[in-house]
This record gives sequence, structure tokens and C-alpha cells, in this order.
Amino acid sequence: MYAENIMDHFNSPRNSGEVKDPDIKHKEFNPFCGDQIELTVKLRNGKEIQEIKFQGKGCSISQASASMLTEIVKNKNIEEVKKLTKEDILDLLNIPIGPVRMKCALLALDTLQNGIKIYEQYTKKK
Amino acid sequence: MLIDEIRNDFPILKRKVNGKPLVYLDNAATSQKPKQVIDAIKNFYETQNANIHRGIHQLSEESTEAFERSREKVAKFISAKPEQIIFTKNTTESINTIAYGYGLKNIKKGDEILTTVMEHHSNFLPWQLVKKHTGATLKIADITDDGLLKMNHLEKLATKKTKLVAVTQVSNVLGTINPVKEISEIAQKNNSLFLVDGAQAAPHMPVDVKKTGCDFYAFSSHKMLGPTGIGVLYIKDPDKVDPFLVGGGTIKEVYTDKEAVWHDSPWKFEGGTPDVSGVIGFGATVDYLNKIGMEKIRKHEEEITKYALDKLLKIKNITIYGPMDHRLRGAVIAFNIGGIHPHDVAAILDSEGIAVRPGHACCKPLMSRLDILAMCRASFYIYNTKNEADVLVSGLEKVNKIFKR
Repeated sequence: MYAENIMDHFNSPRNSGEVKDPDIKHKEFNPFCGDQIELTVKLRNGKEIQEIKFQGKGCSISQASASMLTEIVKNKNIEEVKKLTKEDILDLLNIPIGPVRMKCALLALDTLQNGIKIYEQYTKKK
Repeated sequence: MLIDEIRNDFPILKRKVNGKPLVYLDNAATSQKPKQVIDAIKNFYETQNANIHRGIHQLSEESTEAFERSREKVAKFISAKPEQIIFTKNTTESINTIAYGYGLKNIKKGDEILTTVMEHHSNFLPWQLVKKHTGATLKIADITDDGLLKMNHLEKLATKKTKLVAVTQVSNVLGTINPVKEISEIAQKNNSLFLVDGAQAAPHMPVDVKKTGCDFYAFSSHKMLGPTGIGVLYIKDPDKVDPFLVGGGTIKEVYTDKEAVWHDSPWKFEGGTPDVSGVIGFGATVDYLNKIGMEKIRKHEEEITKYALDKLLKIKNITIYGPMDHRLRGAVIAFNIGGIHPHDVAAILDSEGIAVRPGHACCKPLMSRLDILAMCRASFYIYNTKNEADVLVSGLEKVNKIFKR
């Protein structure tokens, strides 16, 4: 489980921190582990991910998957990001994840997709 | 009895996990079961199975007798009378029975409930619930920095308004053994009832409810080599408590135009068909524990705790919670290592065949008091060996290595 890529992303997380004046700012928890991830996103034309950063606390799987996710979604259209699945994250991690750790692995994706959902609801209302 | 003989009684200890011999150190969560207990359950289903206190046929009579004999064994095990022993689902249900059947009825606005910051949620949430519904005050005694209950604080919080004192005998995180006899004297001085959460005590040391001087004592079969699904609630004076789960088996009379007349204790508390095979399995468990002897179990665990503490303290970057004197604690050792998340620690240990518990161990108030989110917990029992403590130590060294700590 503690493959080199996981430990690499855990020890030197990519896109760690906070984006200034974000369009999306969303935080989620995994009560089972006590993991937390907060994502801040700046959009280009309200459609494309221009900049994304995360801060969080928790186990290596949750933090490494957040780091990996921020790398692949940069410059992607949010419609595409909404279509990302559990399998996409598991492919990124490339290690076997059991049912107990699945919540850790998917926390970052859930945080991003729920953040987008809230952003869309909010902008529609406007 | 030799440890090899004891280990031989537990079929699961022969299995491998991730290609390594299983090192089961999650006994505070649940214990493994000896073949004597498994066989008792199997034998019941193969030869006696029937509902109890119902039929006038041979099987029902045999089942009823076996069920009630288990109750007698459990009563004797903690120096109580059979009518004071109520079978529940687990410790949680036992404590809830008191919260609902005594607390909601007798505790009023202005009254106080006294508990401690080291309680498991199951001895904390029920009192928050009683507080919410009655307007009573919930007072929480603190611990010292080395994880002992601050007795002077508890004594100060106890007043004539305290209706109930609810304390764990052994902490499921710190391992701390609380001075329940002393606490009982404080409770008695104030005319308060005293509930002891014995979930982590009854499996590991001799328990005598009379000597302890408690009004309620709760524990679970599954943490003491017995089946899951069986809890025990000792009530000193069952007339003081109303049934919590009512239904089949709890009554003498039922009318359409006036209140029902409850059955005698313990039956008034045991609504519906109980886990008959489980209770019979638990009877066999008590026989097994008695055969080894509770004093011997405690002695074995003290030795292994001392050994493990000495070795663990030498590991780089480790923080161990609770008292360092093995005489003051049960065989539960909670720790954190090098700022590494407990789930990562547990996952690496699992790859070595070692089972420990990561997380908050249902003790969020204690986690806040210790200023941590979570921890890892290794907990030992009668079948664990010093060699297994060494395997744990090697596993933790591996954790340090993988995380370059």
C-alpha cells in the first residue's frame, strides 16, 4: 500500500495551500479517519480550472489522492471533472484499496465535485 | 495453564494474515473465542434449540434451564444474585437501560449527573440524553496529565444534588484503572447511585459488585472470550428501574383498560426472544474464564503490559498515553508515532499480520482532552505473548522507516 508514488505525494504534496480569491472553496471530512480536505479553485471563464490548491490533514491515502487529483484537473473543463469516477482515482493511486480505506481515497474527489455542485447552484441563483 | 495450551483453544490464532502469523492486539474492541465456547453454541443448536420460558415440551425446558444456568454462572462471576443479572445486547444497551428506565423517570431539572472525561461514548451520550430531556446538569471530572482520574476534582463536583455517578472501571484508551471503591464511597456520602462501565474490566480482572459498592454494573460478553450480542446489566435493586424494552416476556398481566403489571426481575427487562444460544455460549465462557482464574489473567496481563511498555518506550518518536505504572493500568496501550496518521500506522502493521485499532476509540471527549484527533491502540489478552509484543515493536520500527521518521 505504501508504494513510492503515494509516499512521494504525501511527503511533498503538489498544489498545497490556498488560492487567492477563489471561485470555489469547499471542505469535507471523513469522520472515520478524521481526514479533512479543503479545496480552493479559481476558474477561467467560469468553466475551466485555472488554479487549484488543497490543504488538509489526515492519512497518507487521503492526502496523496488530493495531491494527485489537483495535478490532473488543472486546465480541465468542470463538466469533465464532474464525470470523474472512483475508478479514475483508483487508477491514479495505482494501489489496491480495500472498502475501509475507500472513503480516504475518494475524499478529495468528493470535495471537488461537491464544491462544483454548490458553485453551480449558487451561480444559477444569481 | 500454560500459554501454549490456552492458545491451542483458539482456532483463529492459527490463521495467517497477509502471509504472516496473526498477532491479534485488538482485544479491547473484541476478543477471540475458544473452541469450548464455539462448541457450546454449536451443541445448543444441534441438540436443544427451542424458545425459552414458552413451551411445555422437552426442548423448551432444556433450553430454559441452560439459559437460566448461564445467568446463575454470570451472577456468581461478579458476586451478584441471578435476579440482579439482566441480559442485554451489549454494554451500550445496558447503560441505555439505566438512562431510560431510571434516569428519565427519576432525574429532574436541578439534579446533577457526574461522569468523567475518559468515558467511552456509550457511558457519555446516554447522560447527555438524560440531561437534554430532564434539564439536569452533567458534570465531567477531569484527568491528570498522566491519565489518572483527578479524584479531588471528582470529589469536588459531587454534591447532594448528584443523582447518579457514572464512571468506567478501566479506560479503553488510557488503560487507567479507576478506584471504583473510593468513588462508590463518594457517591454513597451524597446518596447518589453509582454506575460502573465494566466493559474493559470484567474481562481482565476479578469483579465483585458487592465489594465495589455499585448500584449498576455493565459489561459485554464479546470482550471476554464470549459471543457477540450478549451484554450484562447488574442492578442492585431492580425495583428502582423500569423496563426499557417492553414486550413478550416482560409482564404478569396486560389489560386493555389499565396499566400492565410487570414481571419480576430479571424477566421484566428482557423483552422479546433473547439471544438464547449467545447466553448459553456466554455460560461456557464464564466456565472457561473460571478454569484459568481471573487473578491469573490479571497477573499475565500486568506482566505483558510492563514488558510491552518498556519496549515501546524505546521506539523513536513514540508518544504513549495513560499511566506508565503497569499496576495502575489494564493491558491497553494507546500511542501515536512520529506525527503519522494512525490509519497509516495500522495499515502497515496489518501488512505484518498485526491487528490494532486506529481512531478515536469512541472517546471523542478524551481525544479533545489529550488534544489529538486519533491514536493507535494495542490491547492484549490472556492468549497474547511477549513475543507478540516484540512483533509489534518491529512493526512500528518499520512504520518509522517507511515514513522516513
